[in-house]
Amino acid sequence: MKVTFPHMGFMHIVVKSLLEGLHREVVVPPPISQHTLALGIKYAPEFTCLPLKIGLGNYIEALESGADTIVMAGGWGPCRFGYYAQVQRDILNDLGYDFQMVILEAPDSKISQLLDQLKRLGEKVSFLEAVQAVRFAWYKMAALEKAEQRYLYTLPRTIDKDRAEQLWEQVLSHIDQAGSRKAIDDILAQAMLSWENLPRHHEPLLRIGLVGEVYTVLEPFSNQNIARSLGRLNAEVTNSVQLTEWLNDNLFKGHLFKSRTTHINACARPYLPCSVGGHGRETVGATVDFAQQGYDGVIQVGPLTCMPEIVAQTILLRVSKEEHIPCMTIYFDEHSGTAGIQTRLEAFADMLRRRKALQADYSDVQQGGNVCAVHARG
Amino acid sequence: MQYMLGVDIGSVSSNFVLLDQQQVVQAKVYLRTNGNPVQAIRTGYQLLNSKMPDEASISGVGVTGSGRHLADIMLGADVVKNEITAHAVAACHYAPDCQTVIEIGGQDSKIIILRDGIVYDFAMNTVCAAGTGSFLDQQAARLGIAIEKLGEESLASSRPVRIAGRCGVFAESDMIHKQQMGYPMSDILMGLCEALVRNYLNNVGKGKKIAAPVVFQGGVAANRGIRKAFEKALKLPVAVPDDHDVMGAIGAAILAGEAVAASRGTRFKGDNFILQGEFQTRSLDCQGCPNLCEVACIMRDHQVLSYWGDRCRKWETTLKPARERVVV
Repeated sequence: MKVTFPHMGFMHIVVKSLLEGLHREVVVPPPISQHTLALGIKYAPEFTCLPLKIGLGNYIEALESGADTIVMAGGWGPCRFGYYAQVQRDILNDLGYDFQMVILEAPDSKISQLLDQLKRLGEKVSFLEAVQAVRFAWYKMAALEKAEQRYLYTLPRTIDKDRAEQLWEQVLSHIDQAGSRKAIDDILAQAMLSWENLPRHHEPLLRIGLVGEVYTVLEPFSNQNIARSLGRLNAEVTNSVQLTEWLNDNLFKGHLFKSRTTHINACARPYLPCSVGGHGRETVGATVDFAQQGYDGVIQVGPLTCMPEIVAQTILLRVSKEEHIPCMTIYFDEHSGTAGIQTRLEAFADMLRRRKALQADYSDVQQGGNVCAVHARG
Repeated sequence: MQYMLGVDIGSVSSNFVLLDQQQVVQAKVYLRTNGNPVQAIRTGYQLLNSKMPDEASISGVGVTGSGRHLADIMLGADVVKNEITAHAVAACHYAPDCQTVIEIGGQDSKIIILRDGIVYDFAMNTVCAAGTGSFLDQQAARLGIAIEKLGEESLASSRPVRIAGRCGVFAESDMIHKQQMGYPMSDILMGLCEALVRNYLNNVGKGKKIAAPVVFQGGVAANRGIRKAFEKALKLPVAVPDDHDVMGAIGAAILAGEAVAASRGTRFKGDNFILQGEFQTRSLDCQGCPNLCEVACIMRDHQVLSYWGDRCRKWETTLKPARERVVV
């Protein structure tokens, strides 16, 4: 049994570690490329969204390289994603691939149900080994998230953006290979130090929150690496979704640690009191949360045709006005041209900078301090 | 005499202006890009150069438009700016109290909301290019009318017909149908203008508060039918600047003036670099990974000036720029 799974950001590193801990042979799909997307577009229904298409491409490439079992998250979330595993399975069957599909479902009530599902994935694995595998994979994931946060913090602040990006790529591949907690700690410490030592500039910074559909937020290929583009514009990006949180909420039903969902839902309540499927409510709530934390702007991303995000987008108009936070929505689909996205990001960053400069001038006036003229143009 | 050069390389047109120190337009060139931006930049620069007085010189360059990076490489720009900011700056220059900018170009349409002279909010068309210059071009060609005449022609209408504006294909089939029903041409054209305005207001202007003064610019602003349709739909006067077709370039030139004032000297590469020597573009398929990026490269006399199109920046980073420039 050779197991594979779809890509989503750096999730492959975590899942690979987990499955290897369960004594399974793993075939990681090749990194997502135009070829992956082309395969997905060719075989998926036209109106489905990008995550289904890219995932399908991942499976085909992995099956071609010898995988025979696919692990995919299921879920009974009200968005179409909950049914994607089944659809993808049927498409691959029609294409004549011989494989088995294991769909991980969130447990109805008890966490042990999930561990049982995981244990069944393993081969001759004791319960203790299964728990250890989960914990080590989780350790990797936490380390990766810490590193990512540092990378997103450093990129906008440094002059040497190429080097900051290289370091992040290195962290990804080194943590992938790390076999012990000690090794992970060392890699992390080393990377933190290298980022710390990069030369800084003193240009003003922007803080931008990235909200929206989880796959588009977490998978750089699907969002044309928006965090990198913004980092190069000296804007620090904070993802509203983290992989640990998403898994905690969706697979572990919040059993692992205290979920932020309650807080985010409370933030969303004045604007959207109920779930609208997918990440719609989280998008609204996270935007309010970012506004209250004093972020300069919010960018909403999603795959084209994503219903929950369309609902959220309309509500964001009101959030933007009442919480005084500029919002911009970008939908991604198969287009690979970057000029349009780049123009919008640059214009958005420009706007935030000018608004910020103006606000600073106003508050100076109010404090009776250094009164400067209101710039017509910054 | 010191002049600022502003250049706007768009999908359909390429625009060039020279501003004097009082920010008055001294010369302008508007030409079609015709899918060959390299040639357009050279021709445009040459034309503008021939209009420039002998004692004048260029002391700063600003570029904008989707071809701004190419223009930067060929001309040496002090400012490389996105179209939104450039248009907003130009609109404020034309009407300092302006609150709304409607800009419709070849493939993009934008709305920019200004408050106290700064960009407060903006939107661009996302999914569909119906209502932009390219679509009007296509319809004018189909009807056998020169695009310049389309506006005049539509003004003669007294009872515009209703045309579906949600989609370019729907609009076209609606127009053909109305033609076959025998409606007069002017009513159909005015109907088209109104449909495009509805499309713009619903898609681009969605949820934005459009307040007077409204400035309408971009190539399509030359179309008086569209302007009239906007005034009818908004119930507000819509002003069209004289230089509406080169506003992006004007904005870029003004920004270049600010940038040059804050730094020493200009990065402008000069006549010899631009007008002599052979510029060539090439593309290659990078075989480094399954992305198979199409890497484009521009060369001048066998010297590579720039690469782009590689996702991993492998090619781009082989040529380190002489000095790091902050993009914003």
